[in-house]
Amino acid sequence: MDEALSVSGLCVKVQGRTLLDGVGFSAKKGETMAIVGPNGSGKTTLFRALLGIVPYTGEVKWGSGKKIGYVPQSLISTDLPISVEEFLRFKCKAGLDRCIGYVGLHKDVLGQQLGSLSGGQLQRVLIAWVIVDNPDILLMDEPTSGVDIGSEEPIYQKVTQLKKSMGMTVLLISHNLHVVMHYSDHLLALNRRQTFYGPTSGLSSSRILGLMYGSTSGIKGLERHSRRPFR
Amino acid sequence: MADLYLALIVGAFVGTAAGYLGSIMVSRRMALVGDALSHVALPGLAIGLMLNFNPFIGAFAFLAVAAVLTWHIQKRTTLPMEAIIGVIFVLALAIGILITPQVDLLDALFGDISTVNLTDLIITVPVSLLVVMITRAIYDRLVLTMVSGELAMSSGVNVERINLAYLLLVAVIVAIGIKEVGTLLVGAVVIVPAAAARMVGTSLRRYSLMSASFGLISALSGILISGFSGLPAGPMVVISGAAIFAVMLSVRRISPIFHVPVQR
Repeated sequence: MDEALSVSGLCVKVQGRTLLDGVGFSAKKGETMAIVGPNGSGKTTLFRALLGIVPYTGEVKWGSGKKIGYVPQSLISTDLPISVEEFLRFKCKAGLDRCIGYVGLHKDVLGQQLGSLSGGQLQRVLIAWVIVDNPDILLMDEPTSGVDIGSEEPIYQKVTQLKKSMGMTVLLISHNLHVVMHYSDHLLALNRRQTFYGPTSGLSSSRILGLMYGSTSGIKGLERHSRRPFR
Repeated sequence: MADLYLALIVGAFVGTAAGYLGSIMVSRRMALVGDALSHVALPGLAIGLMLNFNPFIGAFAFLAVAAVLTWHIQKRTTLPMEAIIGVIFVLALAIGILITPQVDLLDALFGDISTVNLTDLIITVPVSLLVVMITRAIYDRLVLTMVSGELAMSSGVNVERINLAYLLLVAVIVAIGIKEVGTLLVGAVVIVPAAAARMVGTSLRRYSLMSASFGLISALSGILISGFSGLPAGPMVVISGAAIFAVMLSVRRISPIFHVPVQR
């Protein structure tokens, strides 16, 4: 398998505060890596460093010629009279019908304004924006935050389909135990430092919850509440 | 009559450029920033008047410094842009009032497009065209930074540079708009056409084009009404813009095709 991304000794300091310290991992082509950790553990900072938005020390090595796509948690503002088509056209002029179809939306959505879409539709449009120019690596930062439970599962199923058909590598930040357990091949747990890195299979749900919340106390209760209502 | 033609040409170019750029300002929730920035021009105007050079140059110099200062402070602090401009603008206004000759203060505050000359025309027409061309060239990137700064950065947009370019464009448009309507009303030529277009703009392209068109129409109608009635041009331009806003508000109520969906 090709290596899509290799990171070693990654540190991020902002105004004297250490946000990440000594993070190292690698991601292979076509695999999904879940990044977990409590709030403020440096998950989004890791993405920002990988994207070159914040300065860092250490080494980040992308596979040769890799194209990166990024799906943020949410948009800052949809308070603009901007249609889905206009938004997607910023990135790609052709093939928009096909692209919107990939994420399970009807082409009629192209004429709608971004601000009028539901949370689930908006996230799918964001995924469409990212995949419109066929990225090799997809960075997704809690892509279903604010999305209702019913819309969440189809989004991950669609990403998995796309990953298989396009051979993408996916790095996924999530607080959802079900998503982490069912959709990731590897797990990277952060709490400013790297607390775990390895295959997801074989990890018990309570172990994953402990890594997600940075604690082992009260895990049984959390596990019960984190069970998915579907399936 | 020749003066009226000159005023119409200058007004048309400034109005269109201000309307076009205003569509971005209103969307960035910075409608009042243009208004606040306009006061920064006052000391520059005063120095121009005192030292006998074109006040536009002095106004632009002060506005450009204020824009760069705002950008610089915003990069280094967490203060919102409105607060930074607020501090700079009251300081500039205080200095402006202290140094502006009493006789010229009214002209500086309210503008007088009927006194435009060929030099004003030579400056404002190419400058307005340049503002429109640069705004058009960076429009997509400006919008993307509004939708999501992180999305823009991850797509290779230099957000800081785009913000600086945008602030400088605002400074230029405010400097040339002062001649049309004066320091006190220049905020209106960027806000009112865009606010009217926002009522009925159902796509980004339509919104920006309508904003520019409303800027053009309000400038021409205001100057014409002023020319034939003898009333001052600045307030008439603003009142014409407000009338367009009122019409668009009614059109939006009547016609369902203009209904802008409620934000989530």
